[in-house]
Amino acid sequence: MNTTRRTVLKGATASGVLAGLIAAGALRPTQVLASEWNKAAFEAKDTAGALKGIGAAAPADSKDLVLKVPDIAENGAVVPVDVVSNIPKTTSIAILVEKNPSPLCAQFEFSNGALPEASARIKMGQTSMVKAVAKADGKFYTAQKEVKVTVGGCGG
Amino acid sequence: MADPMKIRAQLKGDVAEIRVLMSHAMETGQRKDAAGATVPAHFIQSMTIDVGGKRVVDGQVGGSVSRNPVFGFKMKGAKAGDKVVVSWVDNKGEKRTDEAAVA
Repeated sequence: MNTTRRTVLKGATASGVLAGLIAAGALRPTQVLASEWNKAAFEAKDTAGALKGIGAAAPADSKDLVLKVPDIAENGAVVPVDVVSNIPKTTSIAILVEKNPSPLCAQFEFSNGALPEASARIKMGQTSMVKAVAKADGKFYTAQKEVKVTVGGCGG
Repeated sequence: MADPMKIRAQLKGDVAEIRVLMSHAMETGQRKDAAGATVPAHFIQSMTIDVGGKRVVDGQVGGSVSRNPVFGFKMKGAKAGDKVVVSWVDNKGEKRTDEAAVA
């Protein structure tokens, strides 16, 4: 038995695992000012990938999450979105547009007295479902509504 | 350096409404200019709001937020005169911080 070879193999496996952990974000550097930009979630090309990226692979539908969007948006470059969560212990709200090239628009975390409400203006490339995802007490909830877009806002 | 933000923080009863208008191109990196060249991505990636020295909102933003983003939030426990500090950082590392007071 060649022991040197064995040791080298062991070492290689261990460092490989470590590199994998870093890539997966398990060993992310601690946050300093704002939390680090969630690249995987924001660059995901489909809704499932974006939801997975924010840790909400299978959010439950909730009537207590109120999503206000226009039924028809004449200008897809500026679509007002208003999300109010009536779910107790809501700590964060995310906004997604299913058919955008990158579905995740924004995610907000609340603390120190902030109410779980957010409004923003987003771009929509085409008619699509707009989704709000709220995190409350470690669980994820979602609400969605369709917005019809007459002029897209992504192609400029 | 980008233009200053417009920040409004108004008390209505015990709830303070905070609205911020940021001046930013918010290019997705998918748009093409008149000559057909792709306009490089340039958008705000993170934003924070501190009121009275405490972090209230910690937000992450993607390129699909509209040009010159407007965000609205509400909070309890703010007093008139509390300092509101809003900061953002974009994908090129440019940043801006502006202040206002709760009125």
